[in-house]
Amino acid sequence: MNNDATTTRYPGYDVLNKRNTPSWDPITRQVVEDRLSTPREPRFFDPAQWAAATALCNCVVAQPGDRLAVPVAAMLDARLLEDQGDGWRDARLPPLREAWCTGLAALDAEAQAEHQRVFAQLAPDRQTALVEQMQCGRLRAAAWRGMPSDLFFSERVLHDLYGAYYSHPASWSEIGFGGPANPRGYVRLNKNRRDPWEAIEATAENAATVKGENTRVR
Amino acid sequence: MQHPRARDRRAPDVFRKGGWVPMREYPCDEEVDFVIVGTGAGGATLACRLAEQGFKVVALDAGAWWRPLEEFASDEAHQQKLYWTDERICDGENPLKMGGNNSGKAVGGSTVHFAMVSLRFRPEWFKCRSLLGYGADWPIDWREMWHYYDEVEQALSIAGPINYPWGPPRKRYPYRSHELNAAALVLARGAEAMGTAWSATPLATVSAPQGKSPPCVYRGFCVAGCATNAKQSALVTWIPRALKAGAEIRDLAMAGRIETNDVGRAVGVEYFRDGAWRFQRARNVVVAGYAIETPRLLLLSANHRFPDGLANSSGLVGKNLMVQSNQAVWGVMDEEIRGYKGPPSLSINEHWNYEDKGKDFFGGYAYMSQGPLPAGWASTQNGRGLWGAELSREMQKYNHQAGLKIVGETLPQERNRVTLADEKDQYGLPIARITYAFCDNDKKLIAHSLHFMEQALEAAGGKEIWRQEDDTCHLNGTARMGDDPRTSVVNADCRSWDIPNLWICDGSVFPTVGGVNPSLTIQAIACRTADRIHAIAQRGEL
Repeated sequence: MNNDATTTRYPGYDVLNKRNTPSWDPITRQVVEDRLSTPREPRFFDPAQWAAATALCNCVVAQPGDRLAVPVAAMLDARLLEDQGDGWRDARLPPLREAWCTGLAALDAEAQAEHQRVFAQLAPDRQTALVEQMQCGRLRAAAWRGMPSDLFFSERVLHDLYGAYYSHPASWSEIGFGGPANPRGYVRLNKNRRDPWEAIEATAENAATVKGENTRVR
Repeated sequence: MQHPRARDRRAPDVFRKGGWVPMREYPCDEEVDFVIVGTGAGGATLACRLAEQGFKVVALDAGAWWRPLEEFASDEAHQQKLYWTDERICDGENPLKMGGNNSGKAVGGSTVHFAMVSLRFRPEWFKCRSLLGYGADWPIDWREMWHYYDEVEQALSIAGPINYPWGPPRKRYPYRSHELNAAALVLARGAEAMGTAWSATPLATVSAPQGKSPPCVYRGFCVAGCATNAKQSALVTWIPRALKAGAEIRDLAMAGRIETNDVGRAVGVEYFRDGAWRFQRARNVVVAGYAIETPRLLLLSANHRFPDGLANSSGLVGKNLMVQSNQAVWGVMDEEIRGYKGPPSLSINEHWNYEDKGKDFFGGYAYMSQGPLPAGWASTQNGRGLWGAELSREMQKYNHQAGLKIVGETLPQERNRVTLADEKDQYGLPIARITYAFCDNDKKLIAHSLHFMEQALEAAGGKEIWRQEDDTCHLNGTARMGDDPRTSVVNADCRSWDIPNLWICDGSVFPTVGGVNPSLTIQAIACRTADRIHAIAQRGEL
C-alpha cells in the first residue's frame, strides 16, 4: 500500500452519500453498484500474473492510507476477462490481453535478471526503479517479445490502471468531483460557487467545520 | 446489447422509458429507393430528408438503439458502450487514438456523444485553394451552404448568441445561449486581454424546452451521452423524424459489402444482423460511416470489376484522412472552477480562423473552454508522464484547473490514409489500418496556437501553465468531393463519379477540414444532398 498520496482537499466528502438523492438515476446506481461489487479474486490472471499485476498497481497508483484501497488490479482483471478494448491500438502493441500477459511476464523476467526475484517480491523502491526504467523504454529483455516497454507503460499501464481508478467513486470523492447529477444537474456555474450537493474545499478559514459539513453534502 | 430492437414494425421510443414507436418495415428482397449505411450526422440527416420526400429508405447502423432516459448512466466508463471500440490499428509518425474522441457506434452515431459544438465554416474555406492558397477547393458555394446551415441550426434548435462576432451576418440563433460557467469565463478574460473577440459557443443542446426535449440541466456528462435528451443528437432529432416519414432503421446491422452488378451499378448491401448475413436490395446505396468505416466498406467491396474497391478510379478512397489538431494549454486558477458543470465548451475564440495576418502557416483554429471529467482528466495528466504520488497531487487541483483547447485545421495529405489490415474483426472482416503524420504546416499551426493560448491563459490568471501537445479529434477526408473525377471520389452532390447510384454522405467528403468542429457542416451537406437528389429525381436522372 502506497501511503504517500497527498491528503484530500475535501475531507468528509463521500460522493456515494448522494446515491439516493435526485443526483443519481437508477441506471447510474446500478452501474456503480456493479463496479463496487467487482470480485476481488482474479478470474483472468493466473496466480503469477495476479501477483505481478497487484504489485504493479500498488506501485503505480498512489492511494490515501485512511480508507479502503480501490481494487485497481481486480478491476483490470475484470476488464481483461471481458476483453473490453478501446477501439484502437498502436501498431507496435499486440491486442489488449496479449499486451498485458507479455508485459507482466516481462516485468518478472526483468526483476529476475536484476534481483533474482519476481517483481512482486521486490522492495517498493526497487519496483519503482524498474517501473521508471519501463517508462523510459529502457527495459528490452527478450520476454517483451519486441513490445516497446515505454509504449506498454503509457498506452496500457497508465491508461488501464488510471482508467479503472478514476471510474471508482472513492477517487471522485478524493478530488472533489460532484459526480453523477441526473436528473438534478447543477445550478451554480460561476467561479467559487457551489451547489449544496457539491463538496466544500478545505481552507484555512473552514478547517474546523469542513469535515462535518462535507459529511452532510448530498 | 445482443439483439436488435427495431423489428416487428416498431422501434424504441427515445423519449419514453420502455416506450416504442411504430416503424415501417421493408422486406430485404424489396428494392427500396435508398439503403443508407450509418445513422450519424450524415446518414440520419439524409435518411430523414429523403423519407420526407417520399423515398423508400432503409438505414443500417452497426450500433445499438439506446433509450437515453433509462440507459445512459452518468458514468464515463460505462458509457464507452457508445463508442466504436472494435479494434483498429494505428501507425505512422503520429499514431492516432481512436474511440471516444472521434468514433461512435450507436444509432445516431457520434452525435450521441459529441460535445454539441455547432459551428459554420468560414466562407473562404470553401475556396481555400483559390482564395487562401492551400488545400483543395470545394465544389460548393458558401452562400448555398449558408442556406443549409440555417436549416440545420433551426432543426437542432441551436443555442447561441444574438450576434456572432466572426464571419458574415447570420440570423440570430434559434435558442438563447447558455449561461457561461467559470471555465468559459476564463476564456473570455483571456481573449479580452489579448485584444480579440470571444463568444458563447453555439451548442446543440437546448436552453429552453423544445418538443419532448427539456432544457439542459448542466450535469456535464455530455460526451458520455445525454441522459435527459436536451442534447439535439441525431438520435432525438433526425431519426424520430425519419421514422415518422416512413424510413426503416435497423440497429445492430453491420454492413460488410456493397454488391454491384454486371453494368457496374450498386444493387444493395450485405449486412450482418441477428446472427446471420442478409442482403438488402436497393436502387441507390449511400455510405455514411464516417472517415474510417466509409473507406473501409468501399475497399471491402472490391470485386472483379472494381478490383481497387468501389468509387476508387481516382485511387483516392482512404487517402487524405484529416483529423483536427486538439492541443491545449492548462493551468491552475486561484478560484474554484469546477469545470465538470455544464457543457464542456461553453465559450469559444475563433479569432485565428478569420485573421490571416501574423501567421506562418495555412489554415486556422478555434479554441474553446474545457470541462474534462475525472478519467479523461487523469488520462490527460498521464500524457505528461505523471503517475503515482505526483499524479495524485495534480489531481487534487481538479476543481481549480482551466484549459483552452484548439480544434485546429490539418492539411490534406495523401500519405495519411485508411487501408485494410490482415487482422479480422468479429464479423470476419479485415479491420482498418490508420496511418497518420502531421506535416510541417500542421506543426506550425499547433505551435502558434499553444503560444497564443499560453499568453491568454496567463492573462486570465492561470498559474502552473503547461502544454498538452498530443491530442487529435474528428475525422474527415478519405472520399473527397470535387469537380474532377481524376482528383475526387464524389461530385458536389456526394454522388460517386464511378458508380452513379452510389453516394457518400458524411465527413469523408470534406476536401479540407477548417478549424471548426465538423458536425454542423456534415448535416448541412446531407440536407443539400437530399435536395439535390430530389432535383435529380425530378429530372428522371436518379
